[in-house]
Amino acid sequence: MGLLSDPTRRRALISLLTRLNTPICAVCYMAGVAWFMGLAFEPFTLRMHMSENAMGSTMVEERFQAGERALVTAKEFGVQKNKAGGMPVDWLVKAMQDRGLEVFTQSFSRTLPFPDENKERFMVKGTNVYGILRAPRAPRTEALMLTAPCSQGNDNNQAVGMLLVLAQYFRSQVYWAKDIIFLVNEHDLIGMQAWLEGYHHTNITGMEWSPLQGRAGAIQAALSLELSSDVVTSLDIVLEGLNGQLPNLDLVNLFYAFCQKFDVLCTFQGKLQRNDWDSPSGYSHAVQTMMLMVLKQASGHSWGDHGLFLRYQVEAVTIKGINSYRQYKTTTTTVGRLLEGMYRKLNNLLERLHQSFFFYLLPSLSHFVSISYYMPAFGLLAAILLLRALNLWVELSAPPATEDGVANVEQSSSGVLSVVTPLVISHLTGVALYTLPVHFQEMAVEHFPVSETEAVVLTAIAVYTAGLALPHNTHRFVSGEGTEQGWRVLKLVAVLYLAVLLGCTALLNFSLGFILALTLVPVAAGVTPHMPKFPTACVMVVLSPACTLLFSVFAFHELQETPLSFQDTWLLFLSVISQGILDHALYGALVFPLLAMLVYPCWLLFWNILFWK
Amino acid sequence: LGATFLLFLLLLLLLLIQKHMIVQPLLSGFFQCGRHVERAHKLSHYRLFPKSLGQVISKFSVRELHISLTQGYWRTMQWGQPYQPSPPGAELWVWFQDSVTDVDGTWSELTNVLSGIFCASLNFDSINSIQPSASFKPLGIGNVTDHRFLRYATLPRETVCTENLTPWKKLLPCGSKAGLAVLLKSEKLFHSSFHSQAVHIRPVCQDAQCATTSWELRQTLNVVFDLYVSGQGKREWSLFKMFSRTLTEACPLASSSKIYVDVSDNSEVLTAQAVVLGDRRTFSVYDLTQKSTFGTTSSLNLLIRWKSSDAHMLRPLLHAERYVAGYRLQSGEIHTLMYNNHPYRSFPVLLLDLVPWYLRLYIHTLSVTSKGKTNRPSYIHYEPSKDRVKPHTLEMLVQLPPNSVTEVTVHFDRILLKWTEYPPDPNHGFYVGSSVVSSLVPSIVAMDTNATHECPLFNSFFPSKEETSYFVRLYTEPLLVNLPTPDFSMPYNVICLTCTVVAVGYGSLFNLLTRNFQIGEPRPGVAKRIANVIRKMRGVPPL
Repeated sequence: MGLLSDPTRRRALISLLTRLNTPICAVCYMAGVAWFMGLAFEPFTLRMHMSENAMGSTMVEERFQAGERALVTAKEFGVQKNKAGGMPVDWLVKAMQDRGLEVFTQSFSRTLPFPDENKERFMVKGTNVYGILRAPRAPRTEALMLTAPCSQGNDNNQAVGMLLVLAQYFRSQVYWAKDIIFLVNEHDLIGMQAWLEGYHHTNITGMEWSPLQGRAGAIQAALSLELSSDVVTSLDIVLEGLNGQLPNLDLVNLFYAFCQKFDVLCTFQGKLQRNDWDSPSGYSHAVQTMMLMVLKQASGHSWGDHGLFLRYQVEAVTIKGINSYRQYKTTTTTVGRLLEGMYRKLNNLLERLHQSFFFYLLPSLSHFVSISYYMPAFGLLAAILLLRALNLWVELSAPPATEDGVANVEQSSSGVLSVVTPLVISHLTGVALYTLPVHFQEMAVEHFPVSETEAVVLTAIAVYTAGLALPHNTHRFVSGEGTEQGWRVLKLVAVLYLAVLLGCTALLNFSLGFILALTLVPVAAGVTPHMPKFPTACVMVVLSPACTLLFSVFAFHELQETPLSFQDTWLLFLSVISQGILDHALYGALVFPLLAMLVYPCWLLFWNILFWK
Repeated sequence: LGATFLLFLLLLLLLLIQKHMIVQPLLSGFFQCGRHVERAHKLSHYRLFPKSLGQVISKFSVRELHISLTQGYWRTMQWGQPYQPSPPGAELWVWFQDSVTDVDGTWSELTNVLSGIFCASLNFDSINSIQPSASFKPLGIGNVTDHRFLRYATLPRETVCTENLTPWKKLLPCGSKAGLAVLLKSEKLFHSSFHSQAVHIRPVCQDAQCATTSWELRQTLNVVFDLYVSGQGKREWSLFKMFSRTLTEACPLASSSKIYVDVSDNSEVLTAQAVVLGDRRTFSVYDLTQKSTFGTTSSLNLLIRWKSSDAHMLRPLLHAERYVAGYRLQSGEIHTLMYNNHPYRSFPVLLLDLVPWYLRLYIHTLSVTSKGKTNRPSYIHYEPSKDRVKPHTLEMLVQLPPNSVTEVTVHFDRILLKWTEYPPDPNHGFYVGSSVVSSLVPSIVAMDTNATHECPLFNSFFPSKEETSYFVRLYTEPLLVNLPTPDFSMPYNVICLTCTVVAVGYGSLFNLLTRNFQIGEPRPGVAKRIANVIRKMRGVPPL
């Protein structure tokens, strides 16, 4: 306080900050990136540990033995599925009833806003089948859940087989304190969304579903199972959920602990864990794993059926069986035992999972980075915006040498207009980008030889590009020639706006906030009207939100070791845009509206400053 | 799916002490119910009536007392209508004599004493007790209907185990030494799907003229065994398999001691017929007071095998369930569904909801719909809650149309409690007790069975069997509701600490931001100030 209340020292501090502003900003940016890269370095991370006391060291012996029967049931299910040409509802109902469950079905239907070309669906109709194992002497207040999606083709039959056999085995045990719901959902995420909405009797996405008949209280935890081959070499765990939400870290710990107990190879992001953290290749492996998680989390997409549970405060993960043709094989019985062990531990829970972290990054399954470790990386980037804002503020508040007071007042009133106009126009562009693609698809299909999906994506790109041309001269109609002060005020507002926007985003979805900050902060910090127009404009376009998305798609496939050619990347980029719009319409993902209505307009403000005249 | 169940009823009556037990096979799972009835002339006469309860009754001027301790939930759709309905956890309702002046004080003292007797933690006071206006009428003689003297409370979270069973067994005249109570071995009883024990005390007429009254004590025990788990899927059971005991004698004090086995599906031995909850069942009776029952081995072990694997169960005409809708921590909606499965008759039901104060109900959002149309309740009794003082009471009389589902919904807000009010496990959630659905359900069976005269006592358990409808009380499942809970952990402490620091530093920071700094002249010295004062007095301009 003393430093600031003493006017001379304050002046000295401010002059230091303004004089060294650019170097400090550069250092901050580099430090932020370096900090982020350092997060994957093992000595800087924390070891996984179980925080939940109830799931601690209760040594039980898993007795599940019906792995072979699971495969037989899976085959039978496959036959029935082919016969029914979809979900064999009647067979499943019978199968679950025979295993002593209370069985219910739910039918749902949904018409997508435009056809989904990846999954080839437009008007979706389906049925979910679920059975409830009632726990003895429990009053139906708590439940656990196991789900297996009924996919098209022969995918995932083994998961349904495992689910049925586990249900049979669990039914004959007496130790359950919570009801267990076994769900087979059709049309993967859409069916899951319908079931969850039905269970919680809410309607978020405008889907039509029939009300559920049987319930089992508050769901404490859920596992989604995906097994597509008789042979499993490793198990992969998927965490990233809708809007970048993550399940409680204890659920991951639980999975990891049981993988260790049964000597099952477990992977995260499809990558096995390595122990040589001190070698460069080991470090780069950890960085790649973490970057993959960051990219997946930033997408806001639900990467498995579990992702939709998280909104309802149900901790959930997806467990995938991988067959990568390794020598080392895991039997189906072992997978069943692993699941049995996990459910028995979850059964012990006295409270909802809350002891461990909800915000974390994983460079490997054995180590994690908590929110207090990764937030400084973002903080360093966000600090640049604040320093820039301070600099602009000081420049603006320096008293004008020649003008008198009256002129000052006029100046400021036209200044307000010159700030508000670009703000309003860029946000209107953002709203257009949000609404036009879906609403104008029919018109576009009539006039151009494209499919609906293409029409939506191309309209989005057209609106985005048109936005670059539209607003950057508007202030001239309002206040004539742009002044030096005018663009500074606009930039001050834009920089603070971006700081608030990124700050809020990073709190909810760190990965998205960080990736946006990486590209937008240099633009926001550097741009002035006095720079050479053409090269700067090129750099700005390269650092714009759409190009960030393109780079992310490219980087994601590079990191997954499935590199793409440029043309493939472009096609994938287009399908990612349509996927983002669909995610928003179907499940309420917020990345598309955030980018269209807030981030893109904010970027347009900086574009506006570049072309200030 | 060879699940089946068993119903045991144990009865005891004073004067002619009788003790009955019913074994009844039903669908999916085993069910057993024990019941005792006992009467005493006066409360000074404790030959059979337990003294501990008698003293409680006279000290607290109790007119009627009903307490039940239950572990598990009665699955109406699988097991049929309950014979002795009780909600999960503990339930207590008491009618006091109209001579009691301080009902609330007496109530809280009484619950403390009962906690001691039954080894339960019945923390009932005005915060969680209510006075239902219509749902709980006195069952004994006397026509007091002023519900000021009634108190009703439930504890959905109370767990019931052997420590509650032992004091219950001690109230029996023979304890667990002789008679049917020999079977009540706790390790077997708690290896079941449902367990409910209850004690009911009410005043009854001593004879037909009703010149004098006496007290009736009824002890009931319901247990459901799961054949699927214990029987390896085989459809057979025996007394020994279920209880690991056999019967050797009746309680010497009993005037009647019988086992009734429901053999409606097998219909081999036809000994007695009765209409149970509107359904005609066939029972085979084993009288323990007869020596011949025990045969040559002088021990009785019943073994029942089913020939077919399909068991017949009457679909319950009335069935209710409840759940919380919504998913955020701000608000929610309680949905209560009541099913009338009767094909052509409608009947009224009384719904009673007891909702704790920390869910703020909005009664204007109350909606009752059946078959898509609004169904106006003919009677609504609502008492709003007071924070930290009393809960919401919502009672209504609704007519259920035939073959329909009636949905009652009401919105609520979840309250952020004061931080000391959270229990040690706040993330478990907070319980809302079962709602109570009471109704007169039309009977399916035509009246009059010839078994009436053969077994008068047994039939007395199923009141109003002579009429076209019978009384049913159902309890819905309790709810587990999450309230907004602060994270009582390290980050929470950090946030608290940061907020404190910010609050402390706020004043000076605000001062700093709003103050206009100017360079002031240094303060003059003491001598100069004195000189200035003198110069001011003299009227000369200061230095």
